[in-house]
Amino acid sequence: MSDVTVRHGRPNHWLKAAAFTGLVIGALYAGLPVLWMLATSFKGNGEVFAVPPKLITPGFSLDAYTAILTDPARLRFFMNSYIVAIAVTLLTLLTAMLSAYGFSRYEFPGKKLINIAIVSVQAVPPITLVIPYFGLMVALGLYNTYPGLILTHMVFTLPYAIIMMTAYFNTLPRELDEAVKVDGGNAWTALWRVLVPISVPGIVAVGVYTFMISWNEYLFALTLTRTDAMRTVPIGIQLLMGQHSYEWNQMMAMSILGSIPVLLLFLLFQRRFIGGLTSGAVKD
Amino acid sequence: MNLSSTNIEGLGVRPAARRPAARSNAAVVRTRRLAPFAFISPTVALITVLTVVPIVMVVGYSFMDSAIVAPNPVFVGFANYLKVLSDPTFLLALGNTFVFISLSTILHLVIGLAFAMLLNTSLLSDVTKAIFRVVYILPWLFTIAVIAVVWRLIMDPYGVANYILTSVGILNQGVNWLATPGSAMGALTFINIWSGYPFFMISLLAALQGVPTVLHEAARVDGAGWWQRFRYVTLPHIRPVIISMAVLDLIWTSQQFALIWLTTGGGPLGATEMLSTYTYKQAFSSFEFATASASAVIVLLLTMILAFFYVRQQTVRD
Repeated sequence: MSDVTVRHGRPNHWLKAAAFTGLVIGALYAGLPVLWMLATSFKGNGEVFAVPPKLITPGFSLDAYTAILTDPARLRFFMNSYIVAIAVTLLTLLTAMLSAYGFSRYEFPGKKLINIAIVSVQAVPPITLVIPYFGLMVALGLYNTYPGLILTHMVFTLPYAIIMMTAYFNTLPRELDEAVKVDGGNAWTALWRVLVPISVPGIVAVGVYTFMISWNEYLFALTLTRTDAMRTVPIGIQLLMGQHSYEWNQMMAMSILGSIPVLLLFLLFQRRFIGGLTSGAVKD
Repeated sequence: MNLSSTNIEGLGVRPAARRPAARSNAAVVRTRRLAPFAFISPTVALITVLTVVPIVMVVGYSFMDSAIVAPNPVFVGFANYLKVLSDPTFLLALGNTFVFISLSTILHLVIGLAFAMLLNTSLLSDVTKAIFRVVYILPWLFTIAVIAVVWRLIMDPYGVANYILTSVGILNQGVNWLATPGSAMGALTFINIWSGYPFFMISLLAALQGVPTVLHEAARVDGAGWWQRFRYVTLPHIRPVIISMAVLDLIWTSQQFALIWLTTGGGPLGATEMLSTYTYKQAFSSFEFATASASAVIVLLLTMILAFFYVRQQTVRD
């Protein structure tokens, strides 16, 4: 197709138009459901299934958002999600940076085996873990608590964070550490004073991804909590579906509100995030 | 990884000159030997508590007559496994899971690759492509609970999908896509494809950008057409990424629970029952934790087969 361009030596407007059309069709597929969610969140509930469907209806209002944001029970879901996701992110980053330093800077017996174990953990099915987690959390008194959720979410976030941070530290020259040691520092100071400060882009990428995983987690949040006071946003959306089957506008408003943290983080750190993500996933 | 190793060598040349002479103090050597274990010990502890211990527990449960809810479990050997493997619902779930993960992975790849190639075209400006890239990643940024309610709204018998299909004359009347045995699996897979292709797309886009333009130019000079360049230049270059992503996607899709639970719940009449929903129901609806554990161990074994291929593929690439 595009070799024609070269042969004739002129820009091919026809091909450009075709590529653009392809992109637009793809964007409709990806974006229309999102647009519909947004549009529905501003409708009156009686207008949700109005025929013919319209993006903006006469009853356009922020009522659905007001209903969510003035309900303490629903605000509690958001608070729970923030507490859990932020704690998971901080603990994951701390643990991952320590191990990434160990993996990146040392050779030690069993290193390869532990590496394989960490990669494999990513494949362990959550449904296999949730049964013993339930037994374990009840036995440890962590059932229906923040620590229970935070700890179990780390099984998803830690392996990926370690793999990405190790890859990042590997790109930093070892001579940086040596320089710290010449100045009388040790490995600990090399990690915190030198490597961590210059790894901020990598840490941000890992942090954003970790936050997203925890914010979105569903199965453990469903099984390891019992009371509404401990439920997170994904479960809150589901509860809305059960209690008010017909409050579609509120469900959409809650969905939008529940997606804003992740959308914002993504938009703010898009470049670093995609860069970090692909350097971890695409080892090429 | 090519990039990483170049960086180390490239940057390492200068400071290497002032590397200090190795200290041969015995204490230093010992610290040096123990230090890595100090750094990785929190991880090892967490991985042990979060995976090793639970896996041992669930395997233990699966050989007992009851677990968690009963005080005095009795060893029953493989009885739970026999029970699960002879349960028609389990076999149905196994078949459904196979269909679901195969279709999802193939279409994730096809759509992800198509979008990645569109976003990698040299025909359009970088700004245009950057804007479209954000739109294309959108589905991936929403949590599964949100995706489930949005598509339930769209696929409702009175929803916008049915409106469009009846208006253009494809359907005579609205279909309850997620609650009709004949369409539930298709509808569920459709939603899963929508929610999962962006991850393929991002990885493939990075891989495509890594294909040296020189190779394309050379092939072009030799008179290779679009398809030939794709087949003999692009594809061999991105093949390892495709294989890794496909195996990873098979694993992830087989673990999908939230989307199924929140759209069809495994129904209607088991039409979308999967290994994850079957296991969940055994445990948390029927409270048959021992049977559920046997099912969970079977799921783990099936996943380990896939994971083995993934780890091998990663090792080959490293």
